[in-house]
Amino acid sequence: MRGATHAKWAACVTAAALVATACGGGGDGGGAGGAVLSSSWGDPQNPLEPANTNEVQGGKVLDMVFRGLKRYDPETGAAEDMLAERIETTDQQNFTITVKDGWTFSNGEKVTAKSFVDAWNYGASLRNNQRNAYFFSYIQGYDKVHPEKGEQSADTLSGLKVTGERTFTVALAQKWSTFPDTLGYNAYVPLPRVFFDDHDAWLARPVGNGPYTVQSYTRGSQMSLRAWEEYPGPDKARNGGVDLKVYTDNNTAYTDLMAGNLDLVDDVPAAQLRNVGSDLGDRYLNTPAGIIQTLAFPYYDENWSKEGMDKVRKGLSMAIDREQITETIFQKTRTPATDWTSPVLGEDGGYKAGLCGDACEYRPDEAKKLIREGGGLPGGQVRITYNADTGSHKDWVDAVCNSVNNALGDDRACVGDPVGTFADFRKRITENKMTGPFRAGWQMDYPLIQNFLQPLYYTGGSSNDGKWSNAEFDELVDEANAEDDDTKAVAKFQQAEEVVRDGMAAIPLWYQNGSAGYSERLSNVKLNPFSVPVYDQITVG
Amino acid sequence: MGRYVLRRLLQMIPVFVGATLLIFLMVNVMGDPIAGLCGDRQCDPGTAARLRKEFGLDKPVWQQYLTYMGNVFTGDFGTAFNGQPVTELMGSAFPVTIRLTIVAVLFEIVIGITLGVVTGLRRGRPVDTTVLLVTLVVISVPTFVTGLLLQLLLGVEWAWIRPSVSPEAPFEELIVPGLVLASVSLAYVTRLTRTSIAENKRSDYVRTAVAKGLPRHRVVTRHLLRNSLIPVVTFIGTDIGALMGGAIVTERIFNIHGVGYQLYQGILRQNTQTVVGFVTVLVLVFLVANLLVDLLYAVLDPRIRYA
Repeated sequence: MRGATHAKWAACVTAAALVATACGGGGDGGGAGGAVLSSSWGDPQNPLEPANTNEVQGGKVLDMVFRGLKRYDPETGAAEDMLAERIETTDQQNFTITVKDGWTFSNGEKVTAKSFVDAWNYGASLRNNQRNAYFFSYIQGYDKVHPEKGEQSADTLSGLKVTGERTFTVALAQKWSTFPDTLGYNAYVPLPRVFFDDHDAWLARPVGNGPYTVQSYTRGSQMSLRAWEEYPGPDKARNGGVDLKVYTDNNTAYTDLMAGNLDLVDDVPAAQLRNVGSDLGDRYLNTPAGIIQTLAFPYYDENWSKEGMDKVRKGLSMAIDREQITETIFQKTRTPATDWTSPVLGEDGGYKAGLCGDACEYRPDEAKKLIREGGGLPGGQVRITYNADTGSHKDWVDAVCNSVNNALGDDRACVGDPVGTFADFRKRITENKMTGPFRAGWQMDYPLIQNFLQPLYYTGGSSNDGKWSNAEFDELVDEANAEDDDTKAVAKFQQAEEVVRDGMAAIPLWYQNGSAGYSERLSNVKLNPFSVPVYDQITVG
Repeated sequence: MGRYVLRRLLQMIPVFVGATLLIFLMVNVMGDPIAGLCGDRQCDPGTAARLRKEFGLDKPVWQQYLTYMGNVFTGDFGTAFNGQPVTELMGSAFPVTIRLTIVAVLFEIVIGITLGVVTGLRRGRPVDTTVLLVTLVVISVPTFVTGLLLQLLLGVEWAWIRPSVSPEAPFEELIVPGLVLASVSLAYVTRLTRTSIAENKRSDYVRTAVAKGLPRHRVVTRHLLRNSLIPVVTFIGTDIGALMGGAIVTERIFNIHGVGYQLYQGILRQNTQTVVGFVTVLVLVFLVANLLVDLLYAVLDPRIRYA
């Protein structure tokens, strides 16, 4: 017994020594790219399947292990062909997709048209409980495979057909010209046979077709990814691999970076933002990401949908001093919003600075006047609902309320209304129980103006939490989707956005930046428009 | 003795049922866990319904509780939202926290009792006053301040330790976190021992032992300490459960993937299965630790007997 304990102690000490040298010496086991870097990670909330991953932490891994038909340029966000050789359509509704030759999964299996069609059918099927299933809802036959109620009456989407080894066709339920540009999203990646044949083994160690392979995965603590040397794509990893380490708290990750035990932190904690300049200098990144924060309103509540309320909403928007809040609360990691999209779209993509106009500027006097004209705040007070468990929501909600109270000269005009957990917050939203404005945020799925408008403001949209409905807006979105020319489509979407503005469907607050800090060992660190580090471009040493 | 243990074990059943039921109800009133599963977006109704069914959330709470308890007795603690069985989470989390608790309790016993004996024997002297002052400071400073401060000084400034603990969490990495976790209890142990020793020092049996001419260390360890330890053992015993459950703060600071971390994640994601499972085990640990403490009394003081 005693002997065994001693042996265990010795083993632990050696293990620790090995880990220590691995950290100090840059590690071995890397491929052609050389050294391995370590990066902070959060435990993915859902099982790590492409169509089941809807948060950044799981998405980060999928982005390293998979490549889809398209890929978003890490800098511009433009959708570029990856595995897609051609995506053709004549009517904006039926697409013929040709997959490039020469791609394989890391286990040697060829990537064919079937790899895509099988994966998409799996993702859409109600039976598989995939949280991102609605990404396939534009494809014909979705209502059979994934009915809102009851059992599914088909196993596969009727709109998907394999027509050759490398070709397949997609028939959409409605016209959608920018559909090919959405195919860079993680839910659309191909899957190897082993995913279907031995699902548990695949989950324990995912196999994909991207620049990295999973070397080992201990759930809840660490995933070791290594560069895949035979990777056929143009974006081969420039480092030997990445060790993703789960941190219980991003403050600890930051401390570890300071102590030299970690190379990359992709979420600088709010408490450290004041020191980050002196701690890291130019090794701190603070770049725009496709995230906008807004205040949404419950339009199912007649207080908020009655005549004149658009004036009240506009007045509230004018009463918020965005400049000051982003500077003092967020240390400039947010930018005051002046439209309902994100700067990462670029002007060609539909971002239009200043589209919101006066309504997004701080004008306390006019705010007061507008609210009075609109009939005043319902019940004399607005309560901004938010979840208090994550993020720094309390800080900024209090600041927003302060700003509103000052502008209106009434310290009871606005109060924060915290909800204990995110789950409870979401529950109140889904059950239409909100009575006043509430925190809303949107992280884009793909860098398209469509993604910032349709899910949020279209009647019955998947994230239209306030149940806003406007026939003119819906019509403009439909027209935009049917447009065969990208520039014209974007212009139509902007027209639709103006409808959102005129009704002040939601108050835009600020665009969120991605932040990261890294050690001296690393260079070429960049964040993509999704605020995820572009791991394959990082060089070590 | 055997009958006493049996009676105590039987008493545990209502406590156990009550505690788990309470936790079950508390987690359930917090809201709909499925609503939080799909992020800032509504789960589509079909998937939400299926997930609800899969996790048994479509049934009334009392039925969920009965099914859950039924499963627990067969060793099935359900599945976490990320698809992992809760028993697997426990298998990785409990060993780590148990190690952390062992380190903490060792600190309490070794440092706490030693300091207590030293100060108790030298009551009113400078040593006593200094230790009393230090313990007062330790008790009044919150754990997260001590933790962050030690982490910053030892981990970053002087680089003596790694600021975060690796996933394997071997004993030597847990020394500083263990000390932080133990700090407040350690101060209490010191004070308890001190008072107890100071009191018993004047008792007849100690005077007799001294009069018999026994060597000083024998008087202290055999006669004085043994009798003075009863309140201390009670405290440490109940503290074991408290340390295991209360490690949330320490585990977060030092990145320890133990029970505190899993509980925190479970509460945040409102994962009934994880939270109830872990709390169930913690309740058991608490009950068993209390039973052991009671049994230890008889060892320390043979006059205490259990029929």
